[in-house]
Amino acid sequence: MTFEAGILLALLVASALWAVMTYSLVMSAIGLGIASAMLAILMYELGAPMAAVIELSVCAGLITVVFISAISLTPRMQDREERADAKRRLARFFPLPLILAAAAWVMFAYGDAVELPIALPQAEQGGVREALWEARSFDVIGQIVIILAGAFAVVILFKNLRKPGGERR
Amino acid sequence: MPSLLIIIPLLAVLILNLPLGRIMNRASFWVTVFLCAAQARLAVDPTLPFWREPLPPLSDIFRSGTAVDDLSLVMFLAVALVTFSSVMLCRYWCEDEERRFNFVSVILLTMVGMNGIVLAGDLFTLYVFIEIAAVASFVLIAFERGRDECEGSFKYIVLSAVASAMMLASIGIFLMFTGGVSFAEAGEALKGVTTNPLLLLAVALFAGGLFIKSGLVPFHGWLPDAYSAAPAPASVLLAGVVTKAAGVYTLMRLTVEVFGITPALQSVLVAVGLASIVIGALAAIGQRDVKRMLAYSSISQVGYIILGLGVGTPLGFAGAIFHLFNHAVFKSLLFINAAAVERETGTRDMREMGGIAKRMPVTGLTSVVAVLSTAGIPPFSGFWSKLVIIVAAWSAGRHGAAATAIMASLVTLAYFLIMQRKMFFGLLDRKYEGISEAGGFAVVPSILLALVTVCLGFAAPWLFETFLLPVRSIL
Repeated sequence: MTFEAGILLALLVASALWAVMTYSLVMSAIGLGIASAMLAILMYELGAPMAAVIELSVCAGLITVVFISAISLTPRMQDREERADAKRRLARFFPLPLILAAAAWVMFAYGDAVELPIALPQAEQGGVREALWEARSFDVIGQIVIILAGAFAVVILFKNLRKPGGERR
Repeated sequence: MPSLLIIIPLLAVLILNLPLGRIMNRASFWVTVFLCAAQARLAVDPTLPFWREPLPPLSDIFRSGTAVDDLSLVMFLAVALVTFSSVMLCRYWCEDEERRFNFVSVILLTMVGMNGIVLAGDLFTLYVFIEIAAVASFVLIAFERGRDECEGSFKYIVLSAVASAMMLASIGIFLMFTGGVSFAEAGEALKGVTTNPLLLLAVALFAGGLFIKSGLVPFHGWLPDAYSAAPAPASVLLAGVVTKAAGVYTLMRLTVEVFGITPALQSVLVAVGLASIVIGALAAIGQRDVKRMLAYSSISQVGYIILGLGVGTPLGFAGAIFHLFNHAVFKSLLFINAAAVERETGTRDMREMGGIAKRMPVTGLTSVVAVLSTAGIPPFSGFWSKLVIIVAAWSAGRHGAAATAIMASLVTLAYFLIMQRKMFFGLLDRKYEGISEAGGFAVVPSILLALVTVCLGFAAPWLFETFLLPVRSIL
């Protein structure tokens, strides 16, 4: 593993941890977006440009926008609630960095002992067009439907939530 | 042309959501009913050219789909029947036209996901369509936006995310070994090296993910909350077919086409199946909330299906498929009736009910049919499927499993008789004297499902010869 890849990996893990541990939903969404961006760069470095482009556009871009749109429709917590939630969250997720560090140590220490028969899929060797519209077109339609379902979720569950006389509970 | 079962509901969602005013709101219900009726009609006739002839532009897109077999047809029929029942109940349950329209749109997306699961021919496609069904289900459960609904949905999201991570990790391992993720490639990789620890880990991760999706013991924590908190039409859809397609059907398909029926996998399936049968049945006894009782009963009945699969013989497999379909029918019927009673009485607490059959005779009668079928009483369809599973387990030398399944069936009869007595029989409480039979949109699916249960019971010998035993060819 190169030094750059190590830095990117560390940033990825740190931003993913931030996304889980922060009490602010907006910061959490941004943390997730940064983690996705780091992952996209790592994928590109590892020779998977197609996966990197999709990760960057869909996960780091589109999904972050959907999350922030949904969050913007929800009311903010009171300051006191925020402080209490921050403490609870830190207490709850305190072991997480330690578990991740232990897992990373195991993988770096013993990872080379396991021989993996890496067989790159055919699609990766072709172009983006071939991969998306010829080899995996069934999945692409499925992924479009997932995004559609996500959009429905935002509209149905959050619409009118803050309107006076709306259905806020 | 089976790919039309994905494309047409998807196009329907898109067209119905065009800003064309209230006409689309009204059309959504009838369009969905029509799609369900068309799918059911196609599924009961495997000889139709629809199932074999490709439709050129679509067949290129969907070429990774699996060939349609009897197992797929059973699932397509179950999806059509339960989705129809859910949409009808939605019309009865939800008076606000716009909310009903939104609900039906999400039901159609769930239908796209379930049909995609049945048609998927590789692991990644399967994963994508399981996620569609799951995301749509999160929305359906939380639809009312109350505290219980959001809690039920959140629990499902969290455990579903764990299951998704496990399945994705498994797909990654298969991809490393084979360079592809089709059922054939993954199955071939497993045939060659059955002792490779990484491949065994891949099987364990995928199967574990599916156990969570199926709500099997010990991964059932999300299920009672999700089923009981969800709006009534969503409960019908979830209990009847969503978790069955995303979990149980997928497990069956992968066991046959990818994992193979190995002694280790059989032991795990039998153990998980028995644990679900017993714990689900025992937990159901103590419930006061009728929907929670039905949720625990669902865990128990899915256990029977997994037991049949775990037996690993053609007879066990045929029994598992038959029970999968029966469960979709009688559990949907029970949830519809629970919804009708809740709507009319305003409560789900069985201690506050009694004698309701005097005011709701059709609901009471169809409940009796569903209860007897679930408990495995002849001549209802549930009797035959349970009988076949138990005979298959006994014939395979799993005498303890067969005996446990029989005992649990008696427990099922006991808790359902308690439910019937508390809800429908006895003296009518004064406060319920003003209630009346549920509306037509609840009664029609209720009668239809009861008729299916009765007819399948009487037609069981014919059904086995013509429809279910040919499934042996899959094994």
